[in-house]
Amino acid sequence: MNAHVQIRNLNAFYGDNRALKDIQLDIPRSQITVIMGPSGCGKTTLLKCLNRFLELNDGTRITGQVLVDGEDIYAPGVDVTEIRKKTGLLAQRPYPLPMSIYDNVAYGLRIHGIKKGRELEAAVRHYLEVAGLWEEVKDRLHAPATGLSIGQQQRLCLARGLAVEPELLLGDEPTSALDPISAQHIEKRLLDLKQQYSVVLVTHILRQAKRLADYVIFMYLGEVVEAGPAHEVFEHPRQERTRAYLEGQF
Amino acid sequence: MKRRQLEEGFFKVLMILSYALVVGILGLILVTVLVKGLPALNLAMLTQTPKGGYYLGKEGGILNAIIGSLYLAGGATLLALALGLPIAINLGAYLRKSRLAGAVRLALDVLWGIPSIVYGAFGFTLMLALGMRASLLGGILVLALLELPILTRAMDEVIRMMPAEIEHASLAMGATRLETATRVVIRQTLPGIATAILLAFGRGIGDAASVLFTAGYTDRLPTSLMRPVASLPLAVFFQLGTPFPEVQQRAYAAALVLTVIVLIVSLGSRWLAGRLSRFVIR
Ligand SMILES: Nc1ncnc2c1ncn2[C@@H]1O[C@H](COP(=O)(O)OP(=O)(O)O)[C@@H](O)[C@H]1O
Ligand SMILES: [Mg+2]
Repeated sequence: MNAHVQIRNLNAFYGDNRALKDIQLDIPRSQITVIMGPSGCGKTTLLKCLNRFLELNDGTRITGQVLVDGEDIYAPGVDVTEIRKKTGLLAQRPYPLPMSIYDNVAYGLRIHGIKKGRELEAAVRHYLEVAGLWEEVKDRLHAPATGLSIGQQQRLCLARGLAVEPELLLGDEPTSALDPISAQHIEKRLLDLKQQYSVVLVTHILRQAKRLADYVIFMYLGEVVEAGPAHEVFEHPRQERTRAYLEGQF
Repeated sequence: MKRRQLEEGFFKVLMILSYALVVGILGLILVTVLVKGLPALNLAMLTQTPKGGYYLGKEGGILNAIIGSLYLAGGATLLALALGLPIAINLGAYLRKSRLAGAVRLALDVLWGIPSIVYGAFGFTLMLALGMRASLLGGILVLALLELPILTRAMDEVIRMMPAEIEHASLAMGATRLETATRVVIRQTLPGIATAILLAFGRGIGDAASVLFTAGYTDRLPTSLMRPVASLPLAVFFQLGTPFPEVQQRAYAAALVLTVIVLIVSLGSRWLAGRLSRFVIR
């Protein structure tokens, strides 16, 4: 397997509470990896370890290694902003920035040095198109982002995240706040995007996992119970607990 | 069942009464100032400085105090903002719930509670030590000190109320904390910041005790930072202290002008906050 992210002996703590226990994982490149497991098993915590977000919570601690393209993102001296730039994030609920639709997408570009009008405009349009939002907003680019429906806001967040050209996309139940049509939109985008990006998606919707996953990770109480290609895990789970979860016994 | 309804009714009446009390007091103050001040309020009051014999009831106005107060409170608010905004951002976006932040908040809250006459006395002592005389600059500095805790804590509260996810969205794109603070946090909290500025300005322009020794008083318009300057609260104070009814009435006119200025700033900031909240995420 061509691993984009390699996780070695990863432990994560909230104070004394050990939320992740000796995680060993390889996350494949240019595929959709789905993380499943009952609520509280550590899915969100694992995602937060991949873009150095866990440290935003006070009192958290990590041991072990997370290698992205072979480089330890927790090594001393690494530039956190550089790590985060390479890792896009779609949250559970979309939170646009307090600015116009246009500026939401331009924000990351401006921060990373693209300031010229023409170049900026072209880039904003491109990423809105990639996120499948351009047609709906092209006439009101300078209106507040809050005027969009929640589904459109999530696609705006996708465009905004893609604009800084990440290599890895993280989604923490990104469709759970959306209506079914909007959720479908996002799913379709993710399928299109996996050619260019490695996607890691947390979901508790089994059917969504089956529609999207190339690779599946099943977690339980802070541990990885089973990880493997989607068809194998879904059709022939090796672990009893995975089977129980897939049969809806949690 | 009966008893619970009685309780409910009792507290409803209590609520209405306390509401009426608040509105009643506000109304009473406004009516007093209007009734007593309006007869003395004319164009000369607003456009002239005191002429000879003004304090005996002769011609002139309180333009010196109007302009003086605007300079004092305006200058102090700008200065307090220049100092307070970085503190508030540092508290809200960097220190957040750390122990240092707690200590800074406690210090600011204590400062907030200190009576303004103490600020005045402190400023006066300091100015004496520095060999400064009562002046516009002295008044601005002391008023800025008085406004700083109000402004900073009010801004700190709005910054803390902001959903962390908005900040996270910016950080997730590889923005630094400073970029996030200046480009996102301030935009999101702009309406709250406008309200905080109004609050501080209102406290500054209405305060008499802190400018009494530090800014002094003069019948002239302010021309220099180093010269004394008049202010509306002191204009009210001095004129109310004379034995002449005409002059006392002018004190109420000055109070009316002060109230109207605060009202205009208040409504203006409401309007501004409304405009600024167009982009705010709720
Ligand atoms: N901010 C926090 N402070 C303390 N404990 C937390 C915090 N967030 C999560 N946890 C704990 O970490 C464990 C994993 O949580 P989480 O990663 O959010 O699970 P999931 O996303 O799978 O529902 C849970 O036991 C939870 O109680
Ligand atoms: Mg979660």
